[in-house]
Amino acid sequence: MIKGNFIDNLPKVYGIYTGGFIGFIIIMAIAEQAGMSAKAIGIAFVAFTVAIYAIIGYLSRTAQADAYYVAGRQVPTVFNGMATAADWMSGASFVAMAGGIYFKGYGYMALLVGWTGGYVLVASLLAPYLRKFGCYTVPDFIGTRYGGNLARLSAVIVLTVASFTYVTAQINATGTIASVALDIPFQYAVYVGLISILLCSMLGGMRGVTWTQVAQYIVLIIAYLLPVFWISNKIGAGFFPHFMLADEVARIAELEGQYGFVKNAAADLKTVPKGLAGITKAHSAVNATPWAFISLALAMMMGTASLPHVMMRYFTTPSVKAARKSVGWSVFFIFLLYSSAPMLATLSKLALIDPTLPTGIIGKSISEVQAIDWYQNWNQANLMFISDFNGNGTVELNEFFMGGKAVVLATPEIAGLPYVISGLVAAGGMAAAMSTADGLILAIANAISHDVYYKIIDPKAETAKRLVVARVLLVVIGFAGATIAAMEIQGILGSVIWAFDFAMSGLFFPLVLGVWWKRANKEGAVAGMLLGLISGAGYLIWVRNGGSGFLGITQLTFGIFGSAVSLVAMVVVSLMTSAPNAAMQRMVDEARVPAGKTILGKQ
Amino acid sequence: MSKQEQHWGKTRALLFTTLAIWFVFSMGIFLFGAEMESITGPFGYPLTYWFTCQGSLGIFVILIFWFANRQEKIDEEFGFSERGED
Repeated sequence: MIKGNFIDNLPKVYGIYTGGFIGFIIIMAIAEQAGMSAKAIGIAFVAFTVAIYAIIGYLSRTAQADAYYVAGRQVPTVFNGMATAADWMSGASFVAMAGGIYFKGYGYMALLVGWTGGYVLVASLLAPYLRKFGCYTVPDFIGTRYGGNLARLSAVIVLTVASFTYVTAQINATGTIASVALDIPFQYAVYVGLISILLCSMLGGMRGVTWTQVAQYIVLIIAYLLPVFWISNKIGAGFFPHFMLADEVARIAELEGQYGFVKNAAADLKTVPKGLAGITKAHSAVNATPWAFISLALAMMMGTASLPHVMMRYFTTPSVKAARKSVGWSVFFIFLLYSSAPMLATLSKLALIDPTLPTGIIGKSISEVQAIDWYQNWNQANLMFISDFNGNGTVELNEFFMGGKAVVLATPEIAGLPYVISGLVAAGGMAAAMSTADGLILAIANAISHDVYYKIIDPKAETAKRLVVARVLLVVIGFAGATIAAMEIQGILGSVIWAFDFAMSGLFFPLVLGVWWKRANKEGAVAGMLLGLISGAGYLIWVRNGGSGFLGITQLTFGIFGSAVSLVAMVVVSLMTSAPNAAMQRMVDEARVPAGKTILGKQ
Repeated sequence: MSKQEQHWGKTRALLFTTLAIWFVFSMGIFLFGAEMESITGPFGYPLTYWFTCQGSLGIFVILIFWFANRQEKIDEEFGFSERGED
């Protein structure tokens, strides 16, 4: 069926794959009608998709450094866009985002703007120039541009802090989904998740991760869009929700006005299980100050342009030109999911609070709601809760509580979709979390194996030995991440946002000025990276311990402070020390021109 | 001015245009979030809401493709573009 070069056959290969996956969904739907249990469907979905990724990972095995680190630099733009989108959209985007919008409305949607707008910076300031350098990792760029092991090492430190914060959250998400779908305790599920993650990346490195990420994107986008369209049609909201939900948005505002946002007494709130929230903010009204909105968006945008696991995806394109285009495709594929998240939040909210819909629970009697099947299921999973605070016997808006994850995970069930959709959503969430975790673990392991081991410790190491070191590190870092994830220290979304702030504190200006300011030198870059990271982390610790903060910078936007310190330190120290030598300045000139060999390819 | 300096001058000009558009739709308009709220935007959504969930996101997608094409033209003009592969 498939002849010739694998790259030439990509559309065919993934076309067949997508068809096969849809076939699998149909088979499961038929099996459900024939009496297959919900639990068996959940297990089948997760096991089937993970097995496919593992096969792709195995088929992509390689013994070449170029293939292991940058997928042989031959990934076509559109496919790299899909892989980046999967790499980018984590368990947080998939499972938590719609929930955040559901509870917080407009203020939360700064994340949607920030997590897409950042790619404008990636495309215009960084990706094409870093591609021209021809490096394997982000610290590799820093080390080559500024020269010296100290700069390289500083970059590895920032990368590790940011990516490790991020990856524990992703392994946590993988574990949560695996534990629900496979019905095993979280502590074990985390390691099941980890092994699935390592199966994709161990043998093939970046090549394996690239082709599994494309496969994971296809699963996650189907799993996200299908329920949104289905629910919208089922509750009669419109055939194409993105263009047709204006009436529903207006209806929610009307209902919110009618119910009002009643504040619960502190004593009442204590009875609500931890992690659940009620609706306390308007759905579509502006409920944040401009600066609160803009500062969060800005932090996420600069963080996007500093996160190494995203940047290294653009090292895999065949050319500089392709790297630029590929950024456009990435945001397009991300846009498909992000523009659907507010629609899902709208549908979910309307289904629950509109008393004229059969699914609405507000205004129904408490005992009636407590008898609903889905309420019992999700109440048992600790994701839903009602309580009659005012003692009038009916459910009020302020008496209904839900976990953030429930918006994505439970809405299909609430709207009365068959269980096969819930199984599909679980597989999608798993794909989202796995693909991001893979990118992150690989980014850390590659930085340590390439930049610390090969470039600093043993520059004469043979390829075979380097790749063994890279793989051992992959496993070690994965297990370290899983062990911390199993301790469940922080929530998923909070640590994801921190990762952005750490990355921008230490890396944004050293990367950007490396291309755009020839005068930037090694001393300045090192000062920028280390002082930026330290001051950002210091601010976070200060605010976490009761510090008041300043300029409205919170623990979610501390990167704004860190990166400002980084910029000042970098400029001042660069100007105080001598300019980079002529060879280095020539290197920057060459990086600014797409034609010709890569910088590292010449050396 | 050498060919390379001219090329870089144009590249930088394109960067500033791109960043200006980016600034307007990622931050600028949200300074007026409360003022735009009562305006009805595309498909009947409140305008601020529409920008946060579709408008700005879509504009970024278009902006990046537009930027990539313009930059390619600049590279070609000075003979700095890569040959062959895409």
